[in-house]
Amino acid sequence: MTALRFVNAKIVRPHGVVEGELHVMGDTIVDNAANAQIVDCRGKLLAPGIVDLGVFAIDREAFRAGGIVRVGLMPDQSPVLDGPGIVQRSSLVGKPLLWIHPIAAATKGLQGADLAEMAIMKGAGAKAVGTGRRWIADSGVMRKVLAYARDLDLTVVTHAEDSGLTGNAVATESETATRLGLPAAPAVAEALAIARDIALAEDTGARLHFRQVSTAAGFELVRAAKRRGVRVTCGITPTHLLLSDNAMSDFRTFAHLSPPLRSEEDRKAALVAVADGTIDVLCSGHDPRGPEEKRLPFADASAGASGAETLLALGLGLGLPIERLFAMLALNPAKVLGLDSGTLAPGQPADLILVDPDAPWQIRGETMKARAGNTPFDGLPTQGKVLRLWKGGKEISA
Amino acid sequence: MQPSDHRPAALIKGGAVFPHGHLTGISGLQPHEIAFLLDEAEQWVDANRNRAKPDKRLAGLTLINAFFENSTRTLLSFEIAGKRLGADVVNMAVAQSSVKKGETLIDTAMTLNAMRADVIVIRHSSSGAVRLIAGKVDCPVLNAGDGSHEHPTQALLDALTIRRRRGSIAGQRVVICGDILHSRVARSNILALTALAAEVRVVAPATLMPAAIERMGVTPYADFDAALDGADVVMMLRLQNERMSGAFIPSTREFHLRYGLTLDRLALAKPDALVMHPGPMNRGVEIDSNVADHIERSAITEQVEMGVAVRMACLDVLTRRARKVEGWA
Repeated sequence: MTALRFVNAKIVRPHGVVEGELHVMGDTIVDNAANAQIVDCRGKLLAPGIVDLGVFAIDREAFRAGGIVRVGLMPDQSPVLDGPGIVQRSSLVGKPLLWIHPIAAATKGLQGADLAEMAIMKGAGAKAVGTGRRWIADSGVMRKVLAYARDLDLTVVTHAEDSGLTGNAVATESETATRLGLPAAPAVAEALAIARDIALAEDTGARLHFRQVSTAAGFELVRAAKRRGVRVTCGITPTHLLLSDNAMSDFRTFAHLSPPLRSEEDRKAALVAVADGTIDVLCSGHDPRGPEEKRLPFADASAGASGAETLLALGLGLGLPIERLFAMLALNPAKVLGLDSGTLAPGQPADLILVDPDAPWQIRGETMKARAGNTPFDGLPTQGKVLRLWKGGKEISA
Repeated sequence: MQPSDHRPAALIKGGAVFPHGHLTGISGLQPHEIAFLLDEAEQWVDANRNRAKPDKRLAGLTLINAFFENSTRTLLSFEIAGKRLGADVVNMAVAQSSVKKGETLIDTAMTLNAMRADVIVIRHSSSGAVRLIAGKVDCPVLNAGDGSHEHPTQALLDALTIRRRRGSIAGQRVVICGDILHSRVARSNILALTALAAEVRVVAPATLMPAAIERMGVTPYADFDAALDGADVVMMLRLQNERMSGAFIPSTREFHLRYGLTLDRLALAKPDALVMHPGPMNRGVEIDSNVADHIERSAITEQVEMGVAVRMACLDVLTRRARKVEGWA
């Protein structure tokens, strides 16, 4: 069994960054590894590998570049992850370099009508169940999903937009959408969906995770529910923390996202919600879309952004305490998926990244490792790079 | 001097008076640039009326009308405008195009470009589609309507109609009533008229009023009667058939009750207020026949006439660089 001793490291611990050593034996972090091979970290950050909750594509190169060692795979695949065969295949296809944790479809075909075989899919490797890109409109179905998943101790990962209000909308109602003449939905579509799903989660006692919350009213509902002890968590992407809806000006389809970019007030509320702990998870929402899906009129283009490679750098740019950032990038998403991972404590899997938080680089869509470079941050100078990455104690070269 | 009274060509020489390669919208145009296009259109109004000696300044140029969405009058207007100026006009209607075979918009645009069109006029059902094409082709592109975004030549012909009938645009109280939410005509008119210092009021039921419309410099009204007070111009919009029954308004008769322009209602505006409609009209829904056909008040057929002149002006101006007109090359 190989043993590693990381020296001269600034180690990201749950309560702060400490200088020192980290020992690994085989695929596990240990207190003390004898006869270990030395890895000199040269004063850089040694952090838990990123657990990216809710990606739409398996994009190894992009994940490697972004320091992502585990992903929660959205059920919106082709075919949909709604049966044990496809779930098991997805959960094995990335190993050993990348661990894919399928979020199984909560309903057959993600149609929002009939329950999918959650228990069998759990046995096949599903770590959560989800509603995919859509919201389950039928409250009766959603209540059954939550109650059933609760008994299996599976978190329900949901998309929070009331489909009756969103319809064919591609933007938030705002001056920008009005000027561009784009179909738009009121921001309250999110709060409405969140309010219902929290009420149902509270009623059933289920664990509920909103993959992306993006409005002030939405954060307020989640905040209040947490205070009441409802088992609810929520996430956000750096894009929604850094951009507001005026990024759509000039019909930039790379800013066509779901949920859509919100107002500047909502964006500021999101920053507050990160700071006060209302938001648990920072995720990439990685959704590479090539020109055939993006070089179209705005409303005809597919929603989504390629976010895996920019997640860490943009996260570092938020100026949060490092340990808080990595709680959002690793520990909290691991908890949502029920994984015993996400910190650098002894006994945990040796999923590690060595990060230079100050290394400058420029985000360039065309040179991205991802399958498509549809980033709304094209051209943005940023800093923070993954230098090396270990999954289960094995280094994965770029 | 009010902005709409500018005669920019007298002050700015050559191509600097209109530095744009395309006309994708009123958005992005300076007030004096809008006024310049209106000034240019005046000569064509006279020429068309007098059946003057043909001016074939676009002879040898190919104009492609690429209409991805059905249109009768706008297409006809562009075709006539092009032919009056001597251009070879080719109409590409969506029914005959390869778009139905799954070709992407960009590929279609590249195909038109490869055929060496000299100017392309585009209508498309998706907002932003025309700007997308304009970024990919080498020749001037004219927006003949994209989704709910813009319809700049309609706004120019409306502005020209108002300027000729009312003497000026600045200070005019213009009431735009109907489906503001889905209307590209409303958006372009709001941009052009506010740029030229008119006071613009928009009227619609809440279900057809876009969010934050006041940020475009207009005053929204739900009450048509209140909005009509002191109006110089009443511009009615067409209510699309598919929005008439239930989805946005309960019924056409209820819409007519609240927002139909009747003679009684018109009496709330100034005594000489002008009535406009971009056509085609739903008589008895948004406008009564005795208003639409009112010989002194209705400018609806005049709008159609101005349309040809404005489009001739736009085609002329946008092709000046390629034609190496003195001062523009």
